[in-house]
Amino acid sequence: MTDDVVSSDVLTGRVWKFGDNIDTDVIVPGKYLIRDLPEIAKHVMDGIRPGFAQECGPGDIIVGGSNFGTGSSREMAPRGLHAAGITAIVATSFARIFFRNCINVGLAPVECARAGEIEEGQRVSIDLAAGKVVNLDTGAELSAVALPDEIGEILQMGGMENYLAAKLARPSGVVS
Amino acid sequence: MGMTIAEKVIAQAAGRDVVHPSEVLWVDVDLAMMHDSSGPRRIWPVLDKLGVGVWDADRIVVVSDHYVPANDLLAANIQKTTREFAAEFGIDKFHDAQGISHTLMIEKGYARPGMLYVGADSHSCTAGATGCLAMGMGSTDMLGIVTTGRTWLRVPSTIRVEVTGELPFGVTAKDLILTIIGDRGMDAGLYQVLEFVGSAVEAMTMQERSVLTNMCAEIGAKAGVVPSDQTTIDHFAALGITVEAGPRSDDDAIYSDRWEYDGAAIEPVVARPNRHDDVIPISQLGEAKINRAYIGSCTGAKYEDLAMAASVLKGRTVDPGVLLQVAPASRAALRQAMEDGTAQTLMDAGAHILSTGCGACPGIGSGLLAAGEVSISTTNRNFRGRMGDPDSSVYLGSPFSVAAAAVAGHIIDARELLGVSV
Repeated sequence: MTDDVVSSDVLTGRVWKFGDNIDTDVIVPGKYLIRDLPEIAKHVMDGIRPGFAQECGPGDIIVGGSNFGTGSSREMAPRGLHAAGITAIVATSFARIFFRNCINVGLAPVECARAGEIEEGQRVSIDLAAGKVVNLDTGAELSAVALPDEIGEILQMGGMENYLAAKLARPSGVVS
Repeated sequence: MGMTIAEKVIAQAAGRDVVHPSEVLWVDVDLAMMHDSSGPRRIWPVLDKLGVGVWDADRIVVVSDHYVPANDLLAANIQKTTREFAAEFGIDKFHDAQGISHTLMIEKGYARPGMLYVGADSHSCTAGATGCLAMGMGSTDMLGIVTTGRTWLRVPSTIRVEVTGELPFGVTAKDLILTIIGDRGMDAGLYQVLEFVGSAVEAMTMQERSVLTNMCAEIGAKAGVVPSDQTTIDHFAALGITVEAGPRSDDDAIYSDRWEYDGAAIEPVVARPNRHDDVIPISQLGEAKINRAYIGSCTGAKYEDLAMAASVLKGRTVDPGVLLQVAPASRAALRQAMEDGTAQTLMDAGAHILSTGCGACPGIGSGLLAAGEVSISTTNRNFRGRMGDPDSSVYLGSPFSVAAAAVAGHIIDARELLGVSV
């Protein structure tokens, strides 16, 4: 999925809402880790909301509470969500490895202290560069943390793989 | 202004004199580790696609531990890919079914004081017991590291965790760290480093220290570190490795918080199913029946953990309604347990000895739980369904507590069996 470049700074989509401490064992249960990505994508969130992968669609956005993505470093958690169509996760805070993994696979992690005010089924638009989430149903504007330039660049390029390809192609071959 | 251990390690790795929390910096990595699940099978195809090799084969450790032993052909292929990767890229620090990566990083003396170490697994923080800054990341971060030797970091603030006094007999590092996680919540250390100091920490062996740093993952922390001292130097000396003590935090270093505990007040605890921060003293738990007991993982199956369990099980037998399984954290742990009779004691009591490896802990290997089964485990996480069926339940406890519950058929204070008045 790293070929999908985040072409715009603004992502718009329908919201699926989850709670605090959503862990990677419920996002992608360990038994699926041996499978390939298309199969994993069919089972994301199986551990907490079976059938979610069939219900969600391209461009959808997840809203979570605190410590989203806690637990294992399994990159298949954000990769599986991304492959299932999710383009961004808005949460009050993220587990740090999950946050990094999101950026590396081209799935936007958006830290937003007031994420809890967004309800399931509403539509939101996210301006990544400005650090702003707009609830299109209520008109509420929620401030979010904009990514530092060094990291935003990786996400902009669709993830670490594309970033590395570009950096390694430079004559110097030096990252950053 | 003074700096913490974490700030000193990052400053050195970034080529800076001073760093401050929240800065985002690119750093040089001293040592990298990947395992069979996170490593070659994910990284190798991309290396080929990018047409690049690895930055420094001597600074990369590869361990097969998650799919060991291979239970089906998919797992067998993952193992084969891992072996071929190590051979292709000249990785000498390759360990095939020798033990769990985090245990080996310490046991083999790879992670050393003052290093900046990154492993492609959330429990890579375990190695912080040696006084290094050890962090877990994902596969694609590891891809970046193995190709360039560099990664980006947000400089973390540090929480100083001081444990004074000494832990009572029968009370372990596992009880201490679970107590801390229960008090503070599973996200209390988010983006930060926990630095463990105080007499109760200084008195701990390297293996017990590694339980504290291992479970820093369970409080959201970027890393856990125990300042290197004579115990650290002795650990390496026993391996024939001479190390100097690593950096220590300056007296005027700035901490984001200070957590203080009296070691003598810690008692045996368990985390109740589905939340590792739902921690309760066993004395207040009430009746909790179990039918499975598991001594395994990087957290709870090192030699000393096996010995703790054996001290409870000696001369006793496991309750007929309980299956006790033991998956040693490394071959060396099992060998030591065989040499001094610990393994004999476990088997005499009725324990089923499994292969070394991550086993049932990540829900991958042998020993999974069926719906309705209730286990007490020396592992680190009990998220819903982690060790098997979503309707299985896992209590987390110390090796003493797991062994005692296996004998009793329900969770008890192991000190009742150890002959200690509580």
